[in-house]
Amino acid sequence: MKAYLDNGATTQVAKEVIKTMQKVMTNHFGNPSSLHTFGEEAKQELEKAREIIAKKLNADPSEIIFTSGGTESDNIAIRGTAYKNKDKGNHIITTSIEHPAVLRTCEALEKEGFKITYLKVDKDGLIRLKELEDTITQQTILVTIIHGNNEIGTIQDIESIGKVCKSKNVLFHTDAVQSFTKVPIDVKKINIDLMSISAHKIHGPKGVGALFIKKGTRLRQIITGGEQENKNRPGTENTPGAAGFAKAVELCKEQGIEDMIRLRDMLIDGIEKNIPDVILNGSREKRLPNNVNIAFRYIEGESLLYQLDSKGIAVSTGSACSSQSLSPSYVLLAIGLKPEVAHGSIRFTLSRYTTKEEIEYTIKNVKEVVENLRKISPLAKRRD
Amino acid sequence: MATAYSKEVMKRFKKPKFAREMKDADAFGEVGNPTCGDVMKIFLKISKNKKGDEFIKDISFQTFGCVAAISASDALCELAKGKTIQEALKITRDDIIKLLKGLPSIKFHCSVLGEEALQKAIEDYKKKKK
Repeated sequence: MKAYLDNGATTQVAKEVIKTMQKVMTNHFGNPSSLHTFGEEAKQELEKAREIIAKKLNADPSEIIFTSGGTESDNIAIRGTAYKNKDKGNHIITTSIEHPAVLRTCEALEKEGFKITYLKVDKDGLIRLKELEDTITQQTILVTIIHGNNEIGTIQDIESIGKVCKSKNVLFHTDAVQSFTKVPIDVKKINIDLMSISAHKIHGPKGVGALFIKKGTRLRQIITGGEQENKNRPGTENTPGAAGFAKAVELCKEQGIEDMIRLRDMLIDGIEKNIPDVILNGSREKRLPNNVNIAFRYIEGESLLYQLDSKGIAVSTGSACSSQSLSPSYVLLAIGLKPEVAHGSIRFTLSRYTTKEEIEYTIKNVKEVVENLRKISPLAKRRD
Repeated sequence: MATAYSKEVMKRFKKPKFAREMKDADAFGEVGNPTCGDVMKIFLKISKNKKGDEFIKDISFQTFGCVAAISASDALCELAKGKTIQEALKITRDDIIKLLKGLPSIKFHCSVLGEEALQKAIEDYKKKKK
């Protein structure tokens, strides 16, 4: 048996998506910018895809630009805003638990003279609204806060964050790569100026993402070239990718989310009831429907990962030993985990294709593997 | 799977031969720090051979750590078993890496832990003997 539980890293491409992409690639290979019929047909596919994605967010199609993925969307949003508004101010607010696409971009801007505030989070991984409010100054030009955290699954209250930003007249960007289609977002109800999303986390193709840019929000061009995507993302459009992305969005149904939540909770319960000395990382309630992140005390995550891999179970870890830096996940440290506990953390991320049998198989094997590794751990005996 | 580890490392990690607690050990040595993600504990049982030299009759380990740390512990035990104390003290990190058919450079410190844990266990034995 196999259980792919690393859907936070990437997902299998839905067969309907493959079919759509193949059709577009075969029949509509034209350049959407070309004036002839070949171009026109490709343009139609591209615009159809834009409409579908816009509809999912209750946005206008003109507010969606296609990109190469979440990282590029984050870069265009953050750098584009920073450079465009640098005469107004040089202060950007973010959090200590952002995805590297946001963190490294902010750090790069810091070197260019921007001032960055990294908001701390509580033990659940949530920012404090009051702190955000108090941190905004006359110099603040952008707040960028991740919606659903990629490691611990915590969902920020972006509705309230959006309100604070609006009342202080500051632009708000959110990286919604993990939450898109899993947590409903209505950009007419929630004040969001910029939002990054990606196709390959929702059974779409790799190399495609999008950025929602609210009407009237101006960005400095980051990539120079042609006039595609309102000049915000020059380069010939990835029509089959966009069509595949849209197909993937269409396939996301509410039922799939409910099923994921049920299996997610079954996995959490199964581990908590069957294995002692485990800690659920992140918020129990405000949590992505597909994320389970658990620290198994007295053992190390990379060892656990490889043992599970040999059973056909794919997961990821926040352990240092899996990274080049040898320091444990900054997200786990930010929620107050001790390094030795962070080292033993494993992330299981489900998809709508995950089955009950896979979850049962996973619980059984995690229990067995954790027991075996604890048997050979000198720390396990000291727990009393 | 996508791993930088040699087959030998994975083989030892999945089926370590020396991973157990030794309740009647004559000595033990522990190195590493849970904060850094590695703790290695080596247990020794010492006996005398026909020539009257003390040798490692039995050895085992308990390790909290990654794949490399566990397989380095196992490799160290294999290298040390049956050796006299004088010989065992000459075991180096390079011997461990060689037996493992290589380690990713970022994991070299795991082999260092092995070398240090054994030396500490032998020191412990010498102290207890006094």
